[in-house]
Amino acid sequence: MSEEMYDEDEYQGEIKKLMYVNRKAPYGTIYALESLEVVLIGAAFDQDVSLVFMDDGVYQLKKGQDTKATEMKNFSPTYRALEMYDVEKLFVSKDSLEERGLKVDDLIVPVEILDADQMADLMEDQDVILSF
Amino acid sequence: MKFAILVNEGPYTHQAADTAYQFTKAALENGHEIFRIFFYHSGVNNGTRFTRPPQDDRDLVQNWSSLAKDHNLDLVVCVAAAQRRGIIDKDEAQRHGKDCDNLADGFRISGLGQLIEASIQADRTMVFGD
Repeated sequence: MSEEMYDEDEYQGEIKKLMYVNRKAPYGTIYALESLEVVLIGAAFDQDVSLVFMDDGVYQLKKGQDTKATEMKNFSPTYRALEMYDVEKLFVSKDSLEERGLKVDDLIVPVEILDADQMADLMEDQDVILSF
Repeated sequence: MKFAILVNEGPYTHQAADTAYQFTKAALENGHEIFRIFFYHSGVNNGTRFTRPPQDDRDLVQNWSSLAKDHNLDLVVCVAAAQRRGIIDKDEAQRHGKDCDNLADGFRISGLGQLIEASIQADRTMVFGD
C-alpha cells in the first residue's frame, strides 16, 4: 500500500478513543474493504481503537467466505491479522447477529457480544466514530 | 469548534456530498474552523473537474473549489480510493503514464493517515455517507 508514513512521536500524549463502525456486507459494495484499509493505516497512530460490527456488517466476520465465483478478493483473513496491529477490541451487535441466524462460533475472530444498551454506552464513551 | 469532515459518497449519486458541503458552509459562516475535509470511498468523485452537470443544476465540484479558495480549506482526496476510481493529479498522471489529470482546483491527493490525523486533531469528526 502506497501510504505515507507518519511520525508517531507527533501524536504521543494524545490518545483518543477511536471507533470504526462496520455496517455493510463484505461484498456487494466496497465499504467493508475500504473501511479495513482505514483501520490498518490508522493503527500506526497508536490510538485506543475499537471495531464494531452491526447490521449486515456482522457478515464481514463470517467464517468460510468463498468469493471465487464472483472474482472478488476474499479479504476476511485480514481480520485475523488485526491482532498484530494491536487492534484487539472487536464488538459485535447481539441483535444483528441473532437477526441473521448467526452465532459467535460462526465468526473468524474472537469478539465481545454487546446488546443495544451496552453498544450505546460504548459509543457514548468514544471521542471519534468513523462509520462505514 | 474545530471540525474534521469525512465525505464518503460521490456527487449526484448521493445527497451526502451536498449535505457535507452545506454543513461545511454553515459551520464556516458561524465562525467554526474546518481542520480538513477528507474524501473517501466514492466521495473521491467530488474532486474531479471533469463533471458537467446540467446548467439548471448545482455544480458541486465547483462549489467545493470555490469554498476552498474563499476559506483556504484543506480538501484531501484519498490516494488509494482515487486510484481505483480514476481521480488523478498531475504528478500521478505522469507517474502512471496517463494522458491527462482531472483533480479539481483546491483539492489535493494524499493518504488515509490524513483522515486519522484530522480526527485526532479536531474537536469533532462529522461523517457524511450512506
